[in-house]
Amino acid sequence: MKEKIRVGLNGEYQEKEIQLEPGDPAPWDPSTKFTILGTRVPRLDGRAKTTGEAKYPSDVRLPGMLYGRILRCPLAAATVKSVDVEPARKMPGVKAVLAIAGPGDKMRYAGQEVAALAADTPERAQDALAAIKVIYEPRPFVVRIGEAQAATAPLVFEGEATTRTSGGDVDTNKKKLPKKGNVIGPRLSEKGNLEEGFRQADVQIDHTYETQVQVHSALESHGLTARWEGDELTVWGSTQGIFEMRGDLAENLKMSPSKVRVITDYMGGGFGAKFGPRVEGVTAAKLAKEAGAPVRLFLDRKEEQTTTGNRPSSVQRIRLGAKRDGTLTAMHLTVHGTGGTNGGTGTSGPAKNIYACPNLRVEEYDVFTNAGPSAAFRAPGHPQGAFALEAAMDELAAKLNMDPLELRIKNDPSPVRREEFKIGAEKIGWKDRDARRKTDDPAIRRGVGLGASVWYNTGGTGPRATVTLNRDGSAEVEHGVQDIGTGSRTMVAIVAAEELGLPLEKISVRIGDTRMPFGPDSGGSSTTPSSAPTIRRAAVAAKKKLGDAVAKEWKVSPDTVSVAGGFVTSSADPAKKVSFAEACKLLSSEGASATVERAENHEDAWKRFTCGAQFAEVAVDTETGKVKVERVVAVHDCGIVVNALTCESQIQGGVIQGMSYALFEDRVLDGQTGRMVNPNVEAYKIAGALDCPEIETIVVPVWDGVNNTQSVGIGEPATVPTAAAIANAVSHAVGARIRRIPITPEVVLAAVEEGRKGGRS
Amino acid sequence: MSDERSSGFTRRDLVRGTLVGAVAAGIGTKVRAATDERIGPEAAPLELKVNGAVHKISVEPRVTLADALRDRIGLTGTKVVCGRGACGACTVLLDGAAACSCLTLAHEVAGKEIVTIEGLAADGRLSPIQQAFIEADALQCGYCTSGMILSCKLLLDHNPKPNRQQIREAVAGNLCRCGTYPHVFDAVERAAGIKKAAVSEPLMLAGLSTAGLTLSDDPRVDAATREALEAEEA
Repeated sequence: MKEKIRVGLNGEYQEKEIQLEPGDPAPWDPSTKFTILGTRVPRLDGRAKTTGEAKYPSDVRLPGMLYGRILRCPLAAATVKSVDVEPARKMPGVKAVLAIAGPGDKMRYAGQEVAALAADTPERAQDALAAIKVIYEPRPFVVRIGEAQAATAPLVFEGEATTRTSGGDVDTNKKKLPKKGNVIGPRLSEKGNLEEGFRQADVQIDHTYETQVQVHSALESHGLTARWEGDELTVWGSTQGIFEMRGDLAENLKMSPSKVRVITDYMGGGFGAKFGPRVEGVTAAKLAKEAGAPVRLFLDRKEEQTTTGNRPSSVQRIRLGAKRDGTLTAMHLTVHGTGGTNGGTGTSGPAKNIYACPNLRVEEYDVFTNAGPSAAFRAPGHPQGAFALEAAMDELAAKLNMDPLELRIKNDPSPVRREEFKIGAEKIGWKDRDARRKTDDPAIRRGVGLGASVWYNTGGTGPRATVTLNRDGSAEVEHGVQDIGTGSRTMVAIVAAEELGLPLEKISVRIGDTRMPFGPDSGGSSTTPSSAPTIRRAAVAAKKKLGDAVAKEWKVSPDTVSVAGGFVTSSADPAKKVSFAEACKLLSSEGASATVERAENHEDAWKRFTCGAQFAEVAVDTETGKVKVERVVAVHDCGIVVNALTCESQIQGGVIQGMSYALFEDRVLDGQTGRMVNPNVEAYKIAGALDCPEIETIVVPVWDGVNNTQSVGIGEPATVPTAAAIANAVSHAVGARIRRIPITPEVVLAAVEEGRKGGRS
Repeated sequence: MSDERSSGFTRRDLVRGTLVGAVAAGIGTKVRAATDERIGPEAAPLELKVNGAVHKISVEPRVTLADALRDRIGLTGTKVVCGRGACGACTVLLDGAAACSCLTLAHEVAGKEIVTIEGLAADGRLSPIQQAFIEADALQCGYCTSGMILSCKLLLDHNPKPNRQQIREAVAGNLCRCGTYPHVFDAVERAAGIKKAAVSEPLMLAGLSTAGLTLSDDPRVDAATREALEAEEA
């Protein structure tokens, strides 16, 4: 069925014709009058979370439950000669032991799993670890990216690069890129003719920018609680993807996914690193099987910070070329990054997708080190890529003697982001930013900077949902999505309430269980745009069944009946009108229930990238080097907001996490031992309440028509540009370029010194 | 506590009376006389008074209060994140003072009044700070929330009208990885009845916001917030 829709923003709409799947409603339109969608709705599980009643996977206690612990390799590189777990079996309270590594296995970072056990108390489990006897043959190792690139560096992988996962070693270099020493690459992206682009350029810059390794540091650690009943396994997992965890467990335990159930009512943060069960999850299930008792295995903080993932570092060389008027003609990005024993360190998303540049080359190299493997982390590659690109754009603007904002607007093809730039600039007071640099205190300099964001995901097919209308006029929604703190549970209720025309209190939401219809992973900022259109479609289908029941009663054609605004009416007879609640009484005891699958995205609508812009104002103490972020204006696009309150929470959180990345966080590995020296949350510094700026969050409603609810995710876009904006603000304040994060006092003081020597950029 | 260490105290092996005295002195309550009563390393019985109820348990001297609450008594609202007093997730109230239950041994606090997050909603009615946390969305994943709320409650108990800086300082020891702090500040102001709490840092809709829109005009603002605004304006 063809349908004409309007797409665009700010009252400027164009018409598009899209193809609707039967049963999928046309996207909500700029003229739609919402009753609840887009308001500030307190989250449904607020009570459970503020009273301590919410049971997280790490809170689950089962009768006879044991506590699992993992023994880890203390060396950064070693070959296992032998593992003897039997002495541990005789320790008090121990019910199961398991060797994870065996003779000949290569250990590639300090903290890699060697063996595990389960005991009746956490303390006895900890004690028993000491009884496991492991003999290692130490090998040379390398933990610094620069040293790892040297021709003489110890090899992290002698042969093919593999990464240890739940199931065993998997190939890290799937694309079979050239491997030379510890370096694989380049992954190449090319467009136009780079050399020609530089020939056309009136002005060029060429600088290198560096970013650190950031650790996810979710407050609830990785782990799960496992219980076997016969050949069926139930786990309570701290995961961003209950179905991924189910599938991965089934595969690793060589059983059918239909025999595995994953429950995640609540979970304490993921940020990209919590999908499959990983080694610890599979281990917990195996221990539970061996012991014949449930096992809870959650990592301690040191294990969490060392082994469960991180955002790779980067060394990014950027060359830009532009015409005198600022038009970009050439962009060349070369990236080396280390994700420890894992790859995927590329940062080119912003370079490829923010500014229009006809001639582009990207070369990305992964450098292996003897460090814990990286994992997806809130907009993988993007905060680091945006930091480098946006610093380079500022340097180019300086060389062109051009306003950095003007340079960006000139080269930005997105009408959404150009609008966001204008809004943010006005809010932060961009025009008089130079006048604000000097303060009453001669040591304090103020600066204003900006950064651009890009993201992509508008959700995808696969999710299913069931909406059931009951005879009492209530509705139930079942959808196997998990709420990782983003407010998905409440989002599901809001969409159902909006479509059904019911108040929230009439809706019961059931999520977080693989016995429910399939729900999406919480990754890629795709949860809401995957789930919301599914829920809406299911609600439409359930309403149709209710309408059919009423039509039968009224003896009119079902096509003439509509359910909207809390009433059922028929176009065949204007006298016929009944309230939603009265109509539901016509239903049989099983109610009206519909299970649907999400429709395909409307590729024929307005496909776009998700855009954002952030502006930061900082105060820099040029004597101590301390940076205080005073204000951030965050202007974002997340389609049409489902819940303004939780959307605001996510944007604020993205800004604060981005600020923490810009100023504080840094995983430090000891070159002598190869171990992480700050595997905790005090020496690994994370922004706290005293560090928070005032944050102004602004959302530009964008109607793209890609899915029926017009929803787009915000989790990742909100953290992409923050470090860039802050670094540019600090550079503005001190009059010299910041080219590395975290912007520690040492980095600031070096820049101040350079600024004094006249290095203003 | 160095005295106790030198007298042979370890986490496994506890000279009960001495330690209780030292800890009690630290928080300003009556010092109990030292005794020679040595317990451990095996599990030993004790009574914990939590949220007004007495729980008889038996744990090894090295078991922390956090683990005793969570794994022996089943009060899992108290979370353990860092296990070393750096994050505040395990915050409980001991005789009215905040303490990290991950750094407190269960046997140390036998007989003390312990309040956990589960003790805040009297008879199922949420306390004002809990209600305010929900309304201001001062939580995301919720794992820091128990400790965060207890720190805020303690602040309001001693300072019913705190300013923003005082609020920031009160939760400076509570780490939130989701970065929910601005809404925590809002929640405390809301619970304290401080005006503007409801409208602080609103999510605005662009296009409208640049035209000088105030939140009360925003069609998406919920009724309760709008009422609060109108009351404030009146």
